[in-house]
Order: sequence, then C-alpha cells, then structure tokens
Amino acid sequence: MRVMPAGANDSLQHQYLELVRRRRTYGGILLAVFVMLMVSGFMLADSRNAGGFWDGVLNIFDFPAEIFREAARDVANLPQYLLKFLPSLIETLNIAAASTILGAALAVLLALLSTRGLARWPQLIPLFRRTMDIMRAIPEIVIALVLIFVLGGGPVPAMIAITFHTAGALGKLFSEVNENASLNPVEGLQSVGSRWSQQMWLGVLPQVAPNYLSYGLLRFEINIRASAILGFVGSGGIGYDLKNAISWGQGRYDEVAAIFILIFAAIVFFDQLSSYFRNRLTGEAMV
Amino acid sequence: MSAVGFKIPRPTAYQQAERHLERKRYFSFGLPGLVLVYLIYVTFALDVPGVFGRADPDNARTLVNDAYSYKTHVTVDYRRDQREVAAEGERKGVWPDGESPEWVELVGDMGAIVTLPDGHRVELDGRTMRYDVPGYGVIETESSRRGVDLSLPSGPQPEWISSSPARVSITTDSGRVIVTKAFTEVFRYSFGWELFWFTLDSPFYGKSLGELAGLAFSSERVVAGQSNFSAMMSDFWNNRMWRHGDVFWALFETLLMAFLGTMGAALVAFSLCFIAAKNFTPLQPLRLMVRRVFDFLRGVDALIWTIVLSRAFGPGPLTGALAILLTDAGSFGKMFSEALENVDNRQIEGVKSTGANAAQRSRFGVIPQVAPVFISQILYYLESNTRSATVIGAITGGGIGLLLTQAIITQKDWEEVSYYIVLVVMLVMFMDYLSGVLRRRLIKGD
Repeated sequence: MRVMPAGANDSLQHQYLELVRRRRTYGGILLAVFVMLMVSGFMLADSRNAGGFWDGVLNIFDFPAEIFREAARDVANLPQYLLKFLPSLIETLNIAAASTILGAALAVLLALLSTRGLARWPQLIPLFRRTMDIMRAIPEIVIALVLIFVLGGGPVPAMIAITFHTAGALGKLFSEVNENASLNPVEGLQSVGSRWSQQMWLGVLPQVAPNYLSYGLLRFEINIRASAILGFVGSGGIGYDLKNAISWGQGRYDEVAAIFILIFAAIVFFDQLSSYFRNRLTGEAMV
Repeated sequence: MSAVGFKIPRPTAYQQAERHLERKRYFSFGLPGLVLVYLIYVTFALDVPGVFGRADPDNARTLVNDAYSYKTHVTVDYRRDQREVAAEGERKGVWPDGESPEWVELVGDMGAIVTLPDGHRVELDGRTMRYDVPGYGVIETESSRRGVDLSLPSGPQPEWISSSPARVSITTDSGRVIVTKAFTEVFRYSFGWELFWFTLDSPFYGKSLGELAGLAFSSERVVAGQSNFSAMMSDFWNNRMWRHGDVFWALFETLLMAFLGTMGAALVAFSLCFIAAKNFTPLQPLRLMVRRVFDFLRGVDALIWTIVLSRAFGPGPLTGALAILLTDAGSFGKMFSEALENVDNRQIEGVKSTGANAAQRSRFGVIPQVAPVFISQILYYLESNTRSATVIGAITGGGIGLLLTQAIITQKDWEEVSYYIVLVVMLVMFMDYLSGVLRRRLIKGD
C-alpha cells in the first residue's frame, strides 16, 4: 500500500475544495446583496421620481426627436445659430481654461507644501492635506451659487468655484507625483544655499512637470463639462444660453439643437486634443 | 588645415548644446509668458474688474452673519393690534402667546421691555418706543398714522440712526430697531442656528443635553402614549424649521443617484467592453461601432443627458441616476476596453493549456487581471459622482442639490445653506474614505 498516510493528500484536497466553496459562497452572497441593492434602489428611485421609468422610457426619444425635427425644418438657420452662440462657447472654454490654470498653480503650491520631504513647514502637512480634502469635497455649484449672491451673475463666480475645486483635486494628484520625485537635486540646491522656492522651482518642478501637465489636461476636459453645467444652474457661458433657449419652449428648439451641437463638438474636440498631448507627454516621460 | 578640420565639430557640439539650452530657456520663459498673456486676456474677456466693482459687500456681510447667527424679532403691529416674538421673523418660529425668551419682558397686551447686550434696553409701550443707548442717551419715537416723530438727545444725529418722516431705523452693535407708521420691530442677534433641535411647540425645547438624556431614560412620559425617546426623535425629525427628515431623504436621494448611476454604468460598460477591445473582437466594424457609442455617450455629457431625460421622466432621483449612468457608461466603456487591450496574454494561454473554453478563459485568465483596474475606477467614480449628483439634482430637481438651490434662491436662509453644505461635504468625504477603504480591501487584501 502507500507509504504516506492515506488521509494526508485527501485532506489537503478537501481543505482546498472547502476553501474554494467558502469563497464561492461569500462571492454569491456579495452578488446577491449587490443585486438586491440595485433592484431596491432602482425601485425606490422610481417611486420618488415624478414620472415613472416604465411610462417615461417610451417617451425618451420624444424630446430629441422634436429638437431634431425643428432643427431639420430650419436647417438653413443652423449655421447662423452656431455663429450666434460661438461667443458663449468661447466664454465657457475660457472659464474652464482660466480655472484650470489658476487651480493648477494653487495646486502646485498646496502639493509641495503637503509632500513629506519637500514641505516648507513639515508640521503643517496635515493642515494642508485637510484643506485640499475640503476643497475637493465642496461641490462647485455650492461656491458658484453663493458667489453669485455676492458678486452678481456672470462667468466669474463659476470660474472661482471651479478654480477652488480644481486646486483640491489636482493638489492631491500632484502630491502623489511629488512623492516619486528624486530628492537629489533638492539636496544639491540646498548645499549651495538656495531658498525653498528656488529648490522647488529648479529642483522639483522640472522632474514632475510632464506628469503635472498631463493631469492638468485631464482636468481641463473635466472643467469644460463643469463650466457648461455651472452656466446652466448659475449664469455665464453656453449653459446659460441653453437654459434660456429651452425656456423659450416649442418652436425655438432649433437654437437648442445648435447649442447641443456646439457643446458636443467642443467636448469631443478637446477630449481628442488632450488625449493626444497626454500620450505624447507620458511617452516622453518614459523615454 | 587638418587641425582646423578637427576643431570644427567641437564648437558645433557646443553650439548645439547652447542652442538646446536656449530653446529650453525659451520654453521655460515663453510658456509662463504665454500663460500670463492668456490670463490677462481672460481677465478682460470675463470682465473680472467689473465684477469685483459691482460686488455687493452688504450681501457678503448678510451671508456670513446669517450663516452662524440668527435674529429674534420682537414686533408690535399697530394695524393688526398684535405683539409677536418670532425667531427669524418666520411663522414657524413664533413664540406661543404669553411666552418669550428670558430677555423679553412682556408688558400688558401691546408692550414689551427688550434687554439687548451691553446694557442696551428697548421699551415698547403702545405706540411709543424708548431705546436707552449707554453712553449716548435715550432715543424716543412716537409712531402715529401721520408718521414717526423722533426725539434724540441733544447734538447732531449720529449716522447709525437713519430717519425719514415715515421710518426710523437704529442699528447698533447690540441690535436693531425699526419704527414705521404700522409697526415697531426690535431685532436681537444670537449666536448659533435657531431652533435647530426642537421647535418652540415641542415640549423638549430649551432643555439642556443633560435634561434631555435624563428624560430619555425616565419613565415619566412627556407626551402621552409615546416613550420619551421616540417623542424626542419624532420632534427632531419633524422639526418644521429645519425639516431634518426631508433633508435626510434628500441626502439619501443624492447618494442613491450616485450609486445607481455608477453601478449601472459599470454593468453596461462591462457587458459591452469586450466587444470594444481589439484582442477580443477581431471584427473591426462591430468594434468601431461600440467605440463610437461609448464616445457619443461621453461626448453628449451629463448636462444634455439630464435635460433630455428629465423631459421623459420628470424631476427626481431616477432621472439623475440615468443621466449619470449614460455618461459614465461611455467613460467606463472606454477605460475598460483599454484595460482589456493591455492584458497579459501569458495568463490566458496558461488557462487555455488546461483545456478551458472561451468563457473559462475570460473568467480565470482575463478577469483577475483587469478586476483591480475596474474596481478602483468604479470606486473613484462613485465618490466623484456623489458630487456630480448634487449638481445634477440642482438641474433636474432632486436630492440635496434641489434643497440647496432653493435655499440659496430665497437669499435669506443662509443658515440652512451652510447646514446643507456641511452635510454634502461630510457625505463626499465619507464616500472618499469609504472608497479608499474598499479599494484597499478589494484590491490588496483579497
């Protein structure tokens, strides 16, 4: 017969199968909970919605169809409308670009101040981190609406709101990049008696610039969407025009169509542009 | 000559380095320069100086003061023959007849003595108002059908008293008094959020934390037929001033939108991403079609989806959830299919060598490789969508976004605005924390 005790191999296999079975049970339970959450969540959302899902799902194409019909009817007017709303689109893009630049500048500072090894005041790192957390957590719309009350309408409240959020969001990403930066150049600069700002400007930023730019471009994409939405709830840019065009109601949906086209085109264009540059930047960084 | 010939390359290399450095210098000065020029352009394009010129500092002061303090109005109305003490002057905050805060002494039917901080004292007696300002003297007004007569201590009229024949307004650091033909009103400012826990009609109003804790465990019932604790909870939950119950539901709706939207998007994207990946679908037209669908969903953006969907489904959390679902299905689809294209083929071949079929190869060869990427993206979006759901709620009319915009539009309930902001920030930070914990558990722990 066998030399090894008969049970050893069996029990190992048994244990393994037992483990697999237990894992499958846990996985199954988790899946069941997830499905239950999804279904009950959907039913709850459906019951708290003004119109039900099953009534609405058939009408989902009514509004787009209407817009399309009106746009097709006045197709000759479309170029004129596209031109008419182009300045608002540029305003939206300007809001996004300016807030990305300003937010990124603030983020660079916050990130350097909250990275271990680089921080100017190491004791204050937690403070700057929490600051960034809060800046990230406040939805842009909150700041925008509050500022509209103080500053009046226009694009500036939206710009400040997006800047604020961008600083927090990019600051976190930038400080993660900073952690991988080599400290040798910083030490070199320190040894020749440079100031903190010089160490950062000459020692750290050249190392991390490609990654910063890449994240910044991604943010720009996100901010274009955000600035369009803020225009709709606040004021300024193409979102505001969209709100007005929709409130004109039936018969004026050709303007809505023109604005939809502009927003869609701008988002797709800048998505492509930024992903092209990001590929080049990360490619460069890898070489 | 040959020596000269040898020397030529050296300066060239040197020049090249020089030129390279120069180009870098251009870049490092030129780029910030361009950015600066652009920012100057934007400053004027968006009319930044004009906006700050038009800014209303009074509004800012109202906003900040109102966010952390509240005022109680003591009003004597001559037309309706009525005396009223009310928090923020709202009907919901009116003190019951004959009751008042300890700094108001009710006198007769139409009179009151109001003690303000720093020794200020206002006496309301019929149509006469006497305001004793320490260090200045007694200001007296007499309101009648013809107007308001103002008598001041001798000397020039200070600028904190503004008067016209029909209206006198006195604003000091301790409070404010307004006298018109029809009414006299005294404001006293207090720190905090008024009636946050219980409204005045609740038997629990004005009790300290210790007293409340004692009551919660005492068997003596404050409200008949209900245990003290549940009565307390229900009074808090149905607080008419702050509507905690509704706020909680709104917050939950926002979370629901984010959860349903993100998870639904992940499910849609997961079932389609295999078709969009080059190494799983060699059929190019099909692949490109699915990719264009993803691009379209992403490009249309949540704003347009929300508008289109709210026409079909009306306002509410479902509309918001579906808008997030559609937009993010596009984003997830793109990311998932890119992750699939980067999978390591060796693991799949290993599974294949055991005689596994296509489904098994995907399950054991592909999914374990891409699951960490998928899960971390989904969790990241879940957190970020909690924030988006607030904005979408403001457009479509659901969740905390709606309450927030409503409170801001009234332009006076800034304490409610700050309450909602605190709640939203706490919710987003909690989701951030939760998604971090789950990410570590699901990806590294396993």
